[in-house]
Amino acid sequence: MPKPRADASASAATLAERALLRLHDLGRDFDVSRPWLNRVIEGRPRQLLRAVDGVSLEVRRGETLALVGESGCGKSTVARLIVGLYEPSRGHVEFDGLDLSDLRNADEAWRQRRRMQMIFQDPYASLNPRWRVRDIVAEPIRVLGLAASREQALARVGELLRQVGLSSDDGEKYPHEFSGGQRQRISIARALSGNPEFLVCDEPTSALDVSVQAQILNLMTDLQQQLGLTYLFISHNLAVVSHIADRVGVMYLGRLVEIADADELFVRPRHPYTRLLLDAVPDLEMSGKARTPVGGEVPNPLAPPSGCAFHPRCPYANARCMTERPATIPTARGTVACHAVEECRI
Amino acid sequence: MAAVEGWLRRAWDHDLAWSFRRSPVTLLAAFLTLVCVGSAVFAPWIAPQNPFDSATLNLTDGFTPPAWTDGGSTKYLLGTDDQGRDILSTIMYGARISLGVGLAAVLFSAVLGVSLGLLSGYLGGRLDAFVMRVADIQLSFPAILIALLIDGVARVALPRELHDQLAVYVLVLAIGVSGWVQYARTVRGSTLVEKSKEYVQAARVIGRHPLAIMLRHVLPNVTGPVLVIATIHIATAIITEATLSFLGVGVPPTQPSLGTLVRIGNDFLISGEWWITVFPGLALVVLVLSVNLLGDWLRDALNPKLR
Amino acid sequence: MASALLEVSGLRVEFPTRRGTLVAVDDVSLSIAPGEVLGVVGESGAGKSLTGTAIIGLLEPPGRIAAGEIRLEGERIDNLPNETMRRIRGRRIGAIFQDPLTSLNPLYTVGQQLVETILTHLPMDRGAARARAIALLDEVGIQAAGSRLEHYPHQFSGGMRQRVVIALALCAEPRLIVADEPTTALDVSIQAQIIALLKRLAREHGTAVMLITHDMGVIAETANRVAVMYAGRIAEIGPVGEVIRAPRHPYTVGLMGSIPKVGKGLGKRHAKLAQIEGAMPRLNAIPPGCAFNPRCPKRFERCMIDQPSPMRVGSNLAACWLYAETAR
Repeated sequence: MPKPRADASASAATLAERALLRLHDLGRDFDVSRPWLNRVIEGRPRQLLRAVDGVSLEVRRGETLALVGESGCGKSTVARLIVGLYEPSRGHVEFDGLDLSDLRNADEAWRQRRRMQMIFQDPYASLNPRWRVRDIVAEPIRVLGLAASREQALARVGELLRQVGLSSDDGEKYPHEFSGGQRQRISIARALSGNPEFLVCDEPTSALDVSVQAQILNLMTDLQQQLGLTYLFISHNLAVVSHIADRVGVMYLGRLVEIADADELFVRPRHPYTRLLLDAVPDLEMSGKARTPVGGEVPNPLAPPSGCAFHPRCPYANARCMTERPATIPTARGTVACHAVEECRI
Repeated sequence: MAAVEGWLRRAWDHDLAWSFRRSPVTLLAAFLTLVCVGSAVFAPWIAPQNPFDSATLNLTDGFTPPAWTDGGSTKYLLGTDDQGRDILSTIMYGARISLGVGLAAVLFSAVLGVSLGLLSGYLGGRLDAFVMRVADIQLSFPAILIALLIDGVARVALPRELHDQLAVYVLVLAIGVSGWVQYARTVRGSTLVEKSKEYVQAARVIGRHPLAIMLRHVLPNVTGPVLVIATIHIATAIITEATLSFLGVGVPPTQPSLGTLVRIGNDFLISGEWWITVFPGLALVVLVLSVNLLGDWLRDALNPKLR
Repeated sequence: MASALLEVSGLRVEFPTRRGTLVAVDDVSLSIAPGEVLGVVGESGAGKSLTGTAIIGLLEPPGRIAAGEIRLEGERIDNLPNETMRRIRGRRIGAIFQDPLTSLNPLYTVGQQLVETILTHLPMDRGAARARAIALLDEVGIQAAGSRLEHYPHQFSGGMRQRVVIALALCAEPRLIVADEPTTALDVSIQAQIIALLKRLAREHGTAVMLITHDMGVIAETANRVAVMYAGRIAEIGPVGEVIRAPRHPYTVGLMGSIPKVGKGLGKRHAKLAQIEGAMPRLNAIPPGCAFNPRCPKRFERCMIDQPSPMRVGSNLAACWLYAETAR
């Protein structure tokens, strides 16, 4: 459970009220063992990939929480755990106070899940190529029974298409007639048609050109203000995140290593990995700042390092880091999991 | 009217139609297929004679050679068989059976194979393992043997009086069951690919039932290769039916298909009445070849990488 | 001033289709000096990859070079027969592509691929080639190079594989390296390492590098000069500092404005990114005159009629009628 922040001027109770989504020690393993026969003959054990390992965080109503990390850090898996595409192996997801994994709540959980929607990364694979755009956008309306008649549903589709910057005539066309940016707009329209409150966005602009990305990010910001949406924004691009997030969580090898308010994280990063990430962002200001890229690469998630997963690449690692996994400790405006920070060495 | 005209113009202009027009071989194949299918469908109206109506037969006209040889007559263009049946007419009527059985068998195969492939691919797990093992086992037997097996079992299981009546259905079942595997495998592969695509995940997040996702989202995207397989399978099915009929275990002799005709005519080959077996054989070859060529063109035309 | 190692003038790449000819690269001229890194930046469909492919000589038919010249160290290479071009390709031009997974043959060890490439282009015996392979792997930062020679590509991680690809490109001591999105498939922390490596190698070997990418950040860190492409044409070309800090062409201005930067927007999270309305035209729908004119906030009459060529403005060249006066 995340500990309340040290300077909690708002009482813990008010904070709890405002949280729309809570993750409690969430974990997900994937069985990547070889087939049974191979294992028996070759004498190998089962192999489990810990894609997500003990992630706890909360997303408050109306805010944008960004989850950043490089490939293999588990941020996409967290997104899918939240919307129910995967079942958690450990821990649970709590939405608006309801534990979604509890079987006793199954029906209610299904209903509550409809208040969330997801936007995906690949604009070319996230729309069914055989469906017309109007059917794609109308699907949530039909499934959730939000329109009384077909005409009403189509009218709403037209409205949504206009809201995302397309024209209502575009409903007649097929996805392949649109560019990447336009397809992402269609995806956003589809996500909005179910009247969700919470949007999980899995790298929605990573596959887009930079100028198109700007359009989509601006659109998402506008929609958030107009509709009072809450976003969980997954990205590997810190620059994008700095433009859109209220709070930022950093993940490494399935663990949440740091989470803080955006302006705090970018100005005073605590965890060594956060510092590495910030340092690696190319310097468009051309300030001529000398950078020493940290060596090493993300280790194989099948064989994560013992203790703190980052210790092989960390310039501040000591003996304790190699054996003991760091606990999450509160900071001024967030939390961090690092022995060096705890021991006040950095 | 204008809408139809517009649609026709767009169809003509379409890449598929253009590649069709460009290839003389395909045009010829399409023409021949059309001729075969047309004469089969319209046989009762355009055949010079109904060879299965014994009242119209004239035994004395038996063994008439083809019209262009001496002894032949223009009444029987390709000659007659031992019972005075006009070969041209028997070919047309035989083609009906061949095509009918072939198409029905392919339809059966396709429906069975696509369903199993879709379910295996999407649901995975034990069902997938089981279906694929059955497929593997079946593939280790030649299709003809499978068809023979089913046919044999049917003969034993069904009462004798019903044999002839149900022979065609048993045949369709036999050929159909022997051919489902290639559909299932292809569709399963495509389903596995589509399943991991984000539009399927989006449908799951929206909350759709897995069956709805399979039918409405995945199925339309995996049927592409099925059309190509089916076209080529029609040729195979016709040949299989012909082989079974030739072996005597296919359609009953009261409704001879092209294969049966070849068998019947075989007995007379030695005694010199070559036309009774050669012409049905030629017709079979032309039919199967044109369907095959059409299938080839379709496969190449639908392959986005070759365009 | 060193004479240009690579000189491209008026390059035009066309794709004849049954609906007409598509011009994918239109009147592109650029040059790279030895030891210099020229960035070619643009969004998807701008024609930057095709320019690189045309220079390497790997343009797939029906695509063809319809006009222009490509000169490598003074000699024309765009009109050579395939066999001659093949020898030049490995020996004097090295190529690095985006996906390290598909750039290496998975069935051969890294050592085998390196040695084979060295032996194809340089006269030496197997032992010497092997020693050179080890030296190359060492130079690109792969530890225990000697034993790593025996490893297959799948035994390397993504960043390491890209280093191997760079080593392969350097094998025959090429004069020019064309790198097409070399860091796009890599994590951001690895990107930084590869960028630093490319810069160092260019400097130490005096190789000219053409760095094709959509990522302006990578250009800012790596390139000396940059060419910005739009709809198959060069919009602006100049020293990297100038183009980034003081862009002249309205497209470049819009592009720089739409790139999110860390540090900007903090505390004003809701401040929007500058956006360019509309989208880059498809190749079969390029408007007459300047290709950017439908989206340009500064367009006037002439922009819709005449296609501008790059004109001098300060230290840059910008293809924009706004600068017609200053150019004269």
